[in-house]
Amino acid sequence: MTTVAPSRARRIADLVGRARELGIVVALALVIIPTAFVNPRFVEAQGIRDLLLNASVVAVLAAGQTLVVVTRNVDLSVGSTLGLSAFLTAQTFADHPDTPIVLGLLVGVGVGLVCGVVNGLLVAVGRVPSLVVTLGTLYVFRGVDFALAQGTQINASNLPDELLDLGNGRLFGVPVLVLITLAVVAAAALYLRSYRSGRDLYAIGSNPEAAVLAGIPVPRRVFTAFLLSGAVAGLAGALWVARYGTVDAAAGTGLELQVVAAVVVGGVAIFGGSGTVVGAALGALLLGTIASCLVVLRIPAFWQQAISGALLIGAITVDRLLALRLARELRGRSDHDA
Amino acid sequence: MDLPQEQPLVVLDRVSKSFGAVAALTDVTLALAPGEAHALLGENGAGKSTLIKTLAGVHRPDSGRVLVDGAETRFSGPADARAAGIAVIYQEPMLFGDLSIAENVYTGRQPLKTGRRIDTKAMHAHTAALFDRLGVALDPVRPARGLSIADQQVVEIAKALSFDARVVVMDEPTAALSAREVDRLFDVVKVLRAQGTAVLFVSHRLDEVFALCQRATVLRDGKHVWDGALEGETPDGLVRRMVGRELSALFPKQDTTAGEVLLDVRRLTREGVFTDVSFQVRAGEIVGLSGLVGAGRSEVARAVFGIDSVDAGEVRVNGKALKLGSPTAAMASGIGFVPEDRRQQGLVVDASVERNVALASLGRLSRFGLLSRGAERRLAQDWAIKLSIKTARLGAPAATLSGGNQQKVVLAKWLSRRPSVLIVDEPTRGIDVGTKAEVHRLLSELAGEGVAVLMISSELPEVLGMADRVLVMHEGRLVDDIPRADATEERVALAAAGRPGVVS
Amino acid sequence: MLERFARWETALVALLVLVAVVGQIRTGGAFLDGGNLFYLGLDIGEVALIALPLTLVVVSGEIDLSVASVLGLSSAVIGELWDAGWTLEAILPTVIVLGAVCGAVNGLLVTRLGLPSLAVTIGTLALYRGLALVVLGDRAVADFPSSFTDFGTTPVPGTWLPWPILLCAVLAVAFAVILHSSSFGRSVYAIGSNEEGARFSGIRVKRVKLTLFVLTGAMSALAGIVYTFRFSSARADNGVGLELAVVAAVLLGGVSIFGGRGTLGGVLAGVLLLGGLRNVLILDDVSTEILTVVTGLLLLVSVLAPALTARVRTSSTGRRSP
Repeated sequence: MTTVAPSRARRIADLVGRARELGIVVALALVIIPTAFVNPRFVEAQGIRDLLLNASVVAVLAAGQTLVVVTRNVDLSVGSTLGLSAFLTAQTFADHPDTPIVLGLLVGVGVGLVCGVVNGLLVAVGRVPSLVVTLGTLYVFRGVDFALAQGTQINASNLPDELLDLGNGRLFGVPVLVLITLAVVAAAALYLRSYRSGRDLYAIGSNPEAAVLAGIPVPRRVFTAFLLSGAVAGLAGALWVARYGTVDAAAGTGLELQVVAAVVVGGVAIFGGSGTVVGAALGALLLGTIASCLVVLRIPAFWQQAISGALLIGAITVDRLLALRLARELRGRSDHDA
Repeated sequence: MDLPQEQPLVVLDRVSKSFGAVAALTDVTLALAPGEAHALLGENGAGKSTLIKTLAGVHRPDSGRVLVDGAETRFSGPADARAAGIAVIYQEPMLFGDLSIAENVYTGRQPLKTGRRIDTKAMHAHTAALFDRLGVALDPVRPARGLSIADQQVVEIAKALSFDARVVVMDEPTAALSAREVDRLFDVVKVLRAQGTAVLFVSHRLDEVFALCQRATVLRDGKHVWDGALEGETPDGLVRRMVGRELSALFPKQDTTAGEVLLDVRRLTREGVFTDVSFQVRAGEIVGLSGLVGAGRSEVARAVFGIDSVDAGEVRVNGKALKLGSPTAAMASGIGFVPEDRRQQGLVVDASVERNVALASLGRLSRFGLLSRGAERRLAQDWAIKLSIKTARLGAPAATLSGGNQQKVVLAKWLSRRPSVLIVDEPTRGIDVGTKAEVHRLLSELAGEGVAVLMISSELPEVLGMADRVLVMHEGRLVDDIPRADATEERVALAAAGRPGVVS
Repeated sequence: MLERFARWETALVALLVLVAVVGQIRTGGAFLDGGNLFYLGLDIGEVALIALPLTLVVVSGEIDLSVASVLGLSSAVIGELWDAGWTLEAILPTVIVLGAVCGAVNGLLVTRLGLPSLAVTIGTLALYRGLALVVLGDRAVADFPSSFTDFGTTPVPGTWLPWPILLCAVLAVAFAVILHSSSFGRSVYAIGSNEEGARFSGIRVKRVKLTLFVLTGAMSALAGIVYTFRFSSARADNGVGLELAVVAAVLLGGVSIFGGRGTLGGVLAGVLLLGGLRNVLILDDVSTEILTVVTGLLLLVSVLAPALTARVRTSSTGRRSP
């Protein structure tokens, strides 16, 4: 053991950690700058506002998903949870127009919490792999959503103006929705970085067996992660209503793929243990920005999905290659030390 | 039993633990006094790891009591054991590779500042202070991934210090350490003892046990055999207690005349793992490959069989160059390989005995890709009789067999291919004495039939008893090649420690 | 182990019979009517075709979520090439090869780079569907000759058996032989139970897995052909979300998500059960939304049941020895 080896390994590890967030910023610049040349309005205040607004729902979901993915799990039911919560929130407002906005948002969060409890119980207590559990609840929540909606649609005219203002209003020139998104991302980031139970989530994803031996209450923590992911998806459902004003039972269908793509592109390892909420949110912003750029550049929107898929694969490939390189470096070092 | 003078910190009192039908511990008693280093001895499978895991709160005893400071205690999980001041350092420490060293030390107990937030600065400072106390230089901020085993153990010891553990259990901590690292570890243990900590030290290396420990407990087949002060004891005496019989009875290698060179390894190198390894094994010869765990023995075997790639060198089998990096090519050339980890590498434990026996012979048992079940069954029956594999039926999952019978299934899998070169890695690890003798007789017979056998073993008596020649590896290099006549325990051990040829 | 899964498959068949009986009663005999069985067969054709190779993939311990996107891509390419004036005789083999290439991309990313198949195929799920959209946009190509579309819409003469089901039956036998009676199938189980152990036994793990992904891609493309002819319509969004139905059928059929366990017979029973249930509910005028819930619940039960029984067993006999 020498003092040189650790600091070198640390430098490489740091580089890998930071490379992702830097990489996304560079990628953002690469898509935004050419687009701005084609259409300068793209980078004016309104253009930027639209960019952030478009990314906000996915960014909120990505923040919740990060909590789950760092524990080496995945929550595929977020799109359905969002749909169910959006419909029930909208219905609450439609039936009781006098409902205070905050209470309405809490309805959304509550619906999400219930969904999260179901997922969390099945995964943590039933010990069934989360992929299968959330694939199942993806169906179940969406089916319940359809059954409740009975083919109806709730329109902006049925919703209180205060709610729609929330979706489209601004505070100091920044859309309220974006501020809420930032608050959620900041809260999740703080939780994962600075709280013991948040750090436990990384420990569980990094080495589940060691987490048990270290006395971490693994099932309880995993349950909490799903609970929070559900609650966040519920909140996203309520925000969805505020933003779009029109809700039917199909709201948010297929969103889970965008969310997983954003999280993975944002540098959260799909097998747990590493990644940040900020990275995931940046991933959501990058995917949203690409969609907006396609519109401006008059590239058919059909390309968008292919690009998200390619980005996801590119991201995990780069991660893997970097990890292999890091492992090789460290193998060489430890040999030298011995 | 002979209790120490002071009030013991922790006592296991007539503890028993079974897994299914297998009794891992029967009425075992163990007492640890403050400031003592206590050795836990026994062969593989004697129940040492079960005992450790009972102390760690991982296993709950079926019967018997656990006393902490004289008061009966129940551990419902590892957290309880830790709260009682018991720290366990496993042979391969289990760290969180993605987290920093400091976080690994303080998992779940990070120092906090206002608002219950983690005080990262304080955590790093505390960790650095712990390393100072231990006299080691590690950067608390770097991630744990990629640390050497020795450094990982230091992190675990720092963790134990951080919660003022009064009992530190070390499970074969020196197995993968270089001599320098062992010295450092011993210094650390002395620091711990001076603070009144009890250390339970598990090791196969009796010289270390005598150097470090004052008392010892010996287990055999899950039972307590002996405990007492080490002063006045001899290594031979301890080994006899562990084995329960005279050594010479065990190893029946018959003399054979070596024939042609069947396995010829030339300058094989895998960077960072082993370097410039050359040796030959002749027909009818058993060559022992000795050295400490981590010296690169298994890695050489894996590379020869094509599991791992190599950076340089070549292997010739029966005179023909072998395509490296391909197990299929190795098998086609006539190599068989009984790997180190039986459950993970040797077997598919969920599959039936007959499927396991047939697994390496699928091509020969098929016509046009279609498998003949009759042929598969006949093959398995044939070898089950030859090796007297004890199983209720051949359709039973391999997981239901005892360790010794599982090892016979692995042997049957390879012997049924009639290999000309057989590599066996720790062939008798964790199997009962009777089966062990059968395996030894079998290897000896194979050599008699002209098979070239390369045997990797950590058990020195086994190597000395079985091998015609002993190769010794140290830190990735082949350092000695000792003919049977000159092979003594001392010479092999010295070579393994990096001082070949000192004796002769 | 075998007995337990035998029991699981027995339970599936019992459930199937129950669905048939209840369906028969609720619909006044319409369920087992030849015409209805014909539509039932049409309805499960694509899921069955994809479930065959996917069973092998899941038994080997991997997963492929991109199957429905390969179906969509093949449908889009059929439409585009037909518009470009190719003959169907040339298009169909091209599309199957394209599917195999899609599968090879998945397989190479998984085996060569060692990436998790879950992440890879979520990525290619988006990628292949995106490519389908790029190829065909939101157009629909529908002017296929009836000599081909008849394959997707008519029964085998003299029976109520749809052509695609006949194709499925033939392929099911082939896949059953591969999985249960060939050395290749034995390797697939060994890899799924213990990949490292399989490698140490000289099984070419990477090659086997790559083959499975290629096979799955080709079969998904075949399902795309069937789908296109059944609806006489080539669209980029054909079969969106079908991957969930296929995965549900495979898991419901008793294949362990952890690999190493499951039978093709069980999976076919799973496909039939899901299809039959859907059919009964439609005949009974129950909204298809309820079906979504039922599918999800069945999927949950199919994984929860073995997990819970395993737990009951381990807690009664103590944990596995170290």
